[in-house]
Amino acid sequence: MNSRPARKITTAIVGVSAAALLLSACGGSTTTPTASSAGSAAGGSSAPASSVAGATGPQPAESGWCDAVKAQYPNLSGSVGVYSTIVSPEDTPYIEAYKDFTTCTGVTVNYEGSKEFEAQVGVRVASGNPPDLGIFPQPGLLSQIVNNTGAVKPLPDFVKTNAQKYFPSDWLNYGTVNGISFGIPNNADFKSLVWYSPKTFADKGYTVPTTWDELTALTDQIAATGEKPWCIGIASGEATGWQITDWLEEYVLRYAGPEVYDQWVSHDVKFADAPIADALAKVGALLKDPKYVNGGFGDVATIASTQFNDVSTPLLNGQCTFAREAANFDSNFKGKTIGPDGDINAFYFPPANDQFGTTVLGGGTFYAAFADRPEVQAFEYYLTTPEYANARAKAGSWISSNLGLQASSVESAVQQEALKTLQSTDTTFRFDASDLMPAPVGSDAEWKQFTAWITGQDDATTLANIDAAWPTS
Amino acid sequence: MTTAPVIPQTDVRVEEPVSSRQLKRQLRAQEAKTKLTSPWASGLAIVLAILWTIPTLGLFITSFRPVEDINTSGWWSIITNPGFTLTNYDQALNAQGGLGSFFLNTIVIVVPAVLIPIFLALLAAYAFAWIPFKGRNFLFVAVFALQVVPLQVALIPLQTIFVNFGLQNSFWPVWISHTIFGLPLAIFLLHNFMKEVPASIIEAARVDGAGHVKIFFVVLMPLLVPAIAAFGIFQFLWVWNDLLVATVFAPSPNLRPVTAAIADLSGTRGSSWELLSAGAFISIIVPLIVFFSLQRFFVRGLLAGSVKG
Amino acid sequence: MDFLLNPTSVGDKLISMVLAVVIFGVIMAVLLFAIDRPKVPNWVIVAAFLGPVAILLAVGLFYPAAGTVVRSFQVSVNAVGPDGGPVINPNTGQRLTELGFSFDNYTRVFTDPAFQKTLLNTVWWVVLVPVVSTLFGLIYAVLVDRTRFEKAAKALVFLPMAISMVGASIIWKFVYEYRQGGSPQIGLANQVLVWLGADPYQFIITQPWNTFFLIVVMIWINAGFAMTILSAAIKAVPDDIVEAAQIDGATGFKLFRRVTVPTIRPAVVVVLTTIAMGSLKAFDVVRTMTGGNYGTSIVANEFYTQSFRQGEGGKGIGAALAVVLFVIIIPVIVYNVRQMRLAEEVR
Repeated sequence: MNSRPARKITTAIVGVSAAALLLSACGGSTTTPTASSAGSAAGGSSAPASSVAGATGPQPAESGWCDAVKAQYPNLSGSVGVYSTIVSPEDTPYIEAYKDFTTCTGVTVNYEGSKEFEAQVGVRVASGNPPDLGIFPQPGLLSQIVNNTGAVKPLPDFVKTNAQKYFPSDWLNYGTVNGISFGIPNNADFKSLVWYSPKTFADKGYTVPTTWDELTALTDQIAATGEKPWCIGIASGEATGWQITDWLEEYVLRYAGPEVYDQWVSHDVKFADAPIADALAKVGALLKDPKYVNGGFGDVATIASTQFNDVSTPLLNGQCTFAREAANFDSNFKGKTIGPDGDINAFYFPPANDQFGTTVLGGGTFYAAFADRPEVQAFEYYLTTPEYANARAKAGSWISSNLGLQASSVESAVQQEALKTLQSTDTTFRFDASDLMPAPVGSDAEWKQFTAWITGQDDATTLANIDAAWPTS
Repeated sequence: MTTAPVIPQTDVRVEEPVSSRQLKRQLRAQEAKTKLTSPWASGLAIVLAILWTIPTLGLFITSFRPVEDINTSGWWSIITNPGFTLTNYDQALNAQGGLGSFFLNTIVIVVPAVLIPIFLALLAAYAFAWIPFKGRNFLFVAVFALQVVPLQVALIPLQTIFVNFGLQNSFWPVWISHTIFGLPLAIFLLHNFMKEVPASIIEAARVDGAGHVKIFFVVLMPLLVPAIAAFGIFQFLWVWNDLLVATVFAPSPNLRPVTAAIADLSGTRGSSWELLSAGAFISIIVPLIVFFSLQRFFVRGLLAGSVKG
Repeated sequence: MDFLLNPTSVGDKLISMVLAVVIFGVIMAVLLFAIDRPKVPNWVIVAAFLGPVAILLAVGLFYPAAGTVVRSFQVSVNAVGPDGGPVINPNTGQRLTELGFSFDNYTRVFTDPAFQKTLLNTVWWVVLVPVVSTLFGLIYAVLVDRTRFEKAAKALVFLPMAISMVGASIIWKFVYEYRQGGSPQIGLANQVLVWLGADPYQFIITQPWNTFFLIVVMIWINAGFAMTILSAAIKAVPDDIVEAAQIDGATGFKLFRRVTVPTIRPAVVVVLTTIAMGSLKAFDVVRTMTGGNYGTSIVANEFYTQSFRQGEGGKGIGAALAVVLFVIIIPVIVYNVRQMRLAEEVR
């Protein structure tokens, strides 16, 4: 019913200072290469990173795509359908961004959004009526459809070559199943943020924490006064529970590190194994302690019944101090000013130690095609171009991993900062693990089990149940 | 489930038309005999009716309150803290380029999806009730038992057939699937009504040389009107309020009914009570109007025809 | 005929709507007049009356149901290639699987604690919703029978029937809405608790009672239906039976128990059955209110999740759940069939 924010459009993060984001100064420069292969886990064998020649460094924003497409596909006509999880009113910027394609080729693009995408895309494929293209909210779902049905069309070479030119290889890997490229990265979602109210901070004399220790100290300081510092909601219709998967991912990334994280995604490290179990215990120490949660809502159990984006209210009125939400959370603050002196602001969720550099958790959605008509392939080509990325970013707050995306196309200075962070080699970026895992785990067992966990189920049972849901292949 | 002995049913007497005054007198006489009510009972009944209505009333009032009020105080405080706004309805109605076209789709879906199963079920119920043939009971039980099939299992097989026939861009899949899902109950109910008609009447008609068609139209149809109305209303409510069938069989915006449009209404927002409440009432309003305007006929029909299992 | 297959304008849609009805009307008329001659063999008549329905039901319900039963005994196994890994189609990326006969789906459904809970919840739904709704409907029908406010009272109780299950779920979600103690409640149920001096309660989250609070919603929807049908049945109790009983000295409650209840029993059976079927298949309530979380899932909801969200692996489990659903309802069917038989004999 409800959508995961992964599918939402990344929006402005105002006031996250570059210094906080690019923490390399703080802990000696650790440069972890980004191009590690967290390939599609559900595929069983993830593609070796070397199989995809990845682009490096920013690319020019002009690719002259229109002439290239016309040369490759003369006489284009007809229409292309896009099926997606993004419903009105958030679909408008997409429809805007497709107009350039229609202007060049004369092919109309029909956009169709539905909250039932995850279930319906399977139904439509099974009944022989798939959409031309889908915007997949999770790579795990894409790989499930590929593995089960074979209905997704691989990227044609013409498109793939261009994608390799403009996207980092690890982002292309997320859309690769069984060594074949299917997905074109759409948006990039910046999740490692903590939202707070500058007004509350000013009133109570808090300073914005820039390290893990400062954040912990401030949390304890607030709890000591009897207030509950954190507020969190995990209710999200069918997807209830996904918020905790993000928490766990942040902790695994911060305490166990990116390498263990990648092994966890491919299930070489199991949920019940020590690094993951420890991380969950640490998450539990915060989220299951009534001292720390649930500001503005009540006891720990209210976490399960609170809508993930309803925490905006207690944040604003000072009933809670911190909420860990993605950058797109600002859509819940319509009419409020965002910034260090505004009504609401966000700071970077700091790394736990100096070991792994600036760790950022992110997510993203992927285009994949079910048809191979020339107009569909031409449209896919357009989606890989910097022109699409820039047009889409201008139409509404959105950033992507496209190397041709110019900071000038992005709305706010800080979102440009987020873009810079994503494109920077100093960042240890990791994709949302549950989105990469097979759908029975990443978009079912994890959600359900963590929902049970927050309402009282113990760690061991929870982790064992998730492991049990992993497909036996 | 009671296990009381089955008392032989007497047949419904198909009487000569009586004058309304006579009817009233009869009713009053009967009333005196079977009335169980007392002032206490009446009081209890009123309390229950109010209890039954409060949840709906609460959301109804909520749909007219400003967002801030909704999230900070209960709707019952409307008396002490009045606030009235049409913003919620405005937002809901203008979502997705206006709900008008979706309302049209709903109407286009509902009319055939109610009428077609009635046509077909009448034929089938007649055959089950009044045409003796081998395996009749078995077949009837089979149709009855098909009610247990959850429609979810039929979604993909049916849609596959529709796609093979190239119907996926039309309303046919929705009409036909609603027809299929409504048939078992329709046949069951209409068959029970038909069985109520005394066999002697049918026999008399047969002796006069009437064929099946004549019996069907001349003898049975007038008696069946209330039953058809009853099923028609249920099927109407079911089709109008359905979300699942519409989601699968009318996926494109061009065919989407209002329920599906409203389901996507709150966008990616959380519990926006202001939108949810307004949206809920927009989709409820037509069934309510239909129900209240037809209720008279419905109840009167049931009284005239009498429902017996 | 393009507007019939792809209607776009308002006119197209309306015309296709009218045509659809006309087409079926014509089919019906042609069938009837074709057989309305002397000397048509009986089987032809039966075929004409039952044919369209039989085809639709066979294709639309029986065939999928049979397929589901078959699928419930199959598990999808990955084919193993020469290197011991999965076999991948190099062109599409599809993993080759084979369907093998197995009882594994049922084993999982009956041993997995989560599924056991789901089954148990379903039983509660199928028992409580029909029984309580019917009882309430019957009592209410008697209470308001021939009172001055009968029409209005009935209309109010029937009103939830006209509301979609999704709408009803939204209404009740709002009733159950929780705010922590000390802050103003916006949900009526918790406000009542606060007025009574108790702490607010998480109606939807707190197990094991949350399932019953969901069942309340379904009862709220169905009671009006039960009341309407039973009320009509009570009014149709023939006078002579009542008179005969009164001559025997039965009055008031005795009369009701001895005469009214047995007479309307067939109606009670119909109501119970219809509501039982409805609550078995009603997944909208669970889906809208909890999404099947907090241990409130029922088979219909779990079937949808497994079949449409879990890829190949879930299809077998979903099918097994659907079969369990058939089995749960068999007693109701058998009871009804026996009732029908009895009624036949009486005739």
